[in-house]
Amino acid sequence: MEDYKPPALPSPFNNTEPPPTLLAQGAEAHLYKTTSLNPSTPAALKIRPSKPYRHPILDRRLTRQRILQEARCLAKLVREGVSVPALLALDWEGHGGEEGGWGGAWLMMEWIEGDLVRVVLEQWEAWMKKNQASLDESQIEQEEARVRGLLKKMGAAIGALHKAGVVHGDLTTSNLILRPLAGADGVGSVSTEGDVVLIDFGLASQSAQDEDRAVDLYVLERAIGSTHPRSEPLFDELLLGYRESYKGAPSALKRLEDVRMRGRKRSMLG
Amino acid sequence: MIAIGMEGSANKLGIGIMLHPNDGSPPQVLANIRHTYVSPPGEGFLPKDTARHHRAWVVKLVKQALKEARVSVDDVDCICFTKGPGMGAPLQSVVVAARMLSLLWGKELVGVNHCVGHIEMGRLITGATNPVVLYVSGGNTQVIAYSSQRYRIFGETLDMAVGNCLDRFARTLHISNDPAPGYNIEQLAKQGKQLVDLPYVVKGMDCSFSGILAAIDGLAREWGLGGEEKAKEDEQKNIQKSVITANEGLESTPTRADLCFSLQETVFSMLVEITERAMAHVGSKQVLIVGGVGSNERLQEMMGIMARDRGGSVYATDERFCIDNGIMIAQAGMLAYGTGFRTPLEESTCTQRFRTDEVLVKWRD
Repeated sequence: MEDYKPPALPSPFNNTEPPPTLLAQGAEAHLYKTTSLNPSTPAALKIRPSKPYRHPILDRRLTRQRILQEARCLAKLVREGVSVPALLALDWEGHGGEEGGWGGAWLMMEWIEGDLVRVVLEQWEAWMKKNQASLDESQIEQEEARVRGLLKKMGAAIGALHKAGVVHGDLTTSNLILRPLAGADGVGSVSTEGDVVLIDFGLASQSAQDEDRAVDLYVLERAIGSTHPRSEPLFDELLLGYRESYKGAPSALKRLEDVRMRGRKRSMLG
Repeated sequence: MIAIGMEGSANKLGIGIMLHPNDGSPPQVLANIRHTYVSPPGEGFLPKDTARHHRAWVVKLVKQALKEARVSVDDVDCICFTKGPGMGAPLQSVVVAARMLSLLWGKELVGVNHCVGHIEMGRLITGATNPVVLYVSGGNTQVIAYSSQRYRIFGETLDMAVGNCLDRFARTLHISNDPAPGYNIEQLAKQGKQLVDLPYVVKGMDCSFSGILAAIDGLAREWGLGGEEKAKEDEQKNIQKSVITANEGLESTPTRADLCFSLQETVFSMLVEITERAMAHVGSKQVLIVGGVGSNERLQEMMGIMARDRGGSVYATDERFCIDNGIMIAQAGMLAYGTGFRTPLEESTCTQRFRTDEVLVKWRD
């Protein structure tokens, strides 16, 4: 088996100095860190490479549709003042490869400093596990209160997103960044100070339906349950933050109860 | 250890005999025979007719399989049958036959999940150790990965199976059901050139096909491409075509072949996309395609390109093992039998609903 080589970068990123560094590779897109306009301004570059297994017409249609959908959601959210990375540039007809043909589409966004919420929660859970024995009850409570505060902020951020008429489609703790405040660092386990910024709108769409909003919350609930067992009992705090964030929240939360009951029980014929 | 596998969850009746040598050497296929109930063009197979077909053929096939395998009844250790999922009536006729043989010969029964049968047979034939499995057939569409003694479903269809979508479009076009409607669509699609715009429905790891079928049925109607007469006309044109191909430019109105081509390109892209997502999610580089639609060469080709770009590889089998058969039931049944699993006579029922993840996979770590 040969080693994996990411597809060639589309122009102009195939000759920028320093070359963009690959941060993450999903099924759909590659995320790079690069710079925008001048070498000291970092930026995030998301490339959706063309998929050679697909018919070229279908490939262009899907890639274009998806990158534009993502860009439109981002642009709308920035306009509404929701904390998401700002959209800097976009090309849905990207050229790549040596022949300079169709090479996929790309989107450049503002670089968000900070750790993923997933990392923050993991660090906190690890810290708690290690130090639990030496903490008294009030200290444990204090620690939990800090995470409660973080979850509440996450709820408020998601509420703001939904208020703007956008649903994320893939809410996990890996798609939330905790952007630290300048010069802040507290005592205790890990810092939970800062703004919660939503990222990765690859599956986002514009919707104001309770159903879609409830599914967003349900996906996040399941993700927290499977990756952060210790933080899961505090999920109610997130819902509290969400409830207070906009007027339509209570009805979306009511729908969430139905969505939880649903699960997948259906079976297929074969 | 020798097992007979009996499969009849849809229109294929399959009897297979497998040998698991006691010295631990690789399992051997002793017999693998199948008889298919083929319905006329424009029609699907109805449960009652299919059940009648299975009842009429089951004794004959079992006798023939024993003869081909050159084993006597005494050599057989257990009788494995498909417990589900599948169509009720055909499943029942086969389970009755299995029960009868069990009582007649005094052999133990092993009820097998059809999907697990496909996966185990695919693993055995291809040698893939821990692949992401795409199981695509006339009744099932699932992306499966193994984790802690279960085959877990990562993505699946939200409505009809992909094979059902292809089969039903074959009905619209009055394409022959012999040997299989999907096979004939594949052949026709090879002549297709133009891509027609169809809905593309992927939701996370799940997908949906009913809207695509409705859309393409509508297009066929709009361009007058459906129905029996058009099918005959096409046949005649095909004969003449060999003479006049040179003059043919690109047509502006799509042909029946174009529709088949577009349908395949669209639904297979969806399948490859959700499989790629599952691979990225579990970090696996192997893909195994099983099920009747898995014998489609275009799907195998597309999956191969995707896997190659991820530095992995695709494992697929041919129609002997892809399409429903008896040995896959014998194979999965014998693995369960080896861990002590038995199905007592009073529990030897069948069920139309039996999810892949309900089975405790005791034979893997």
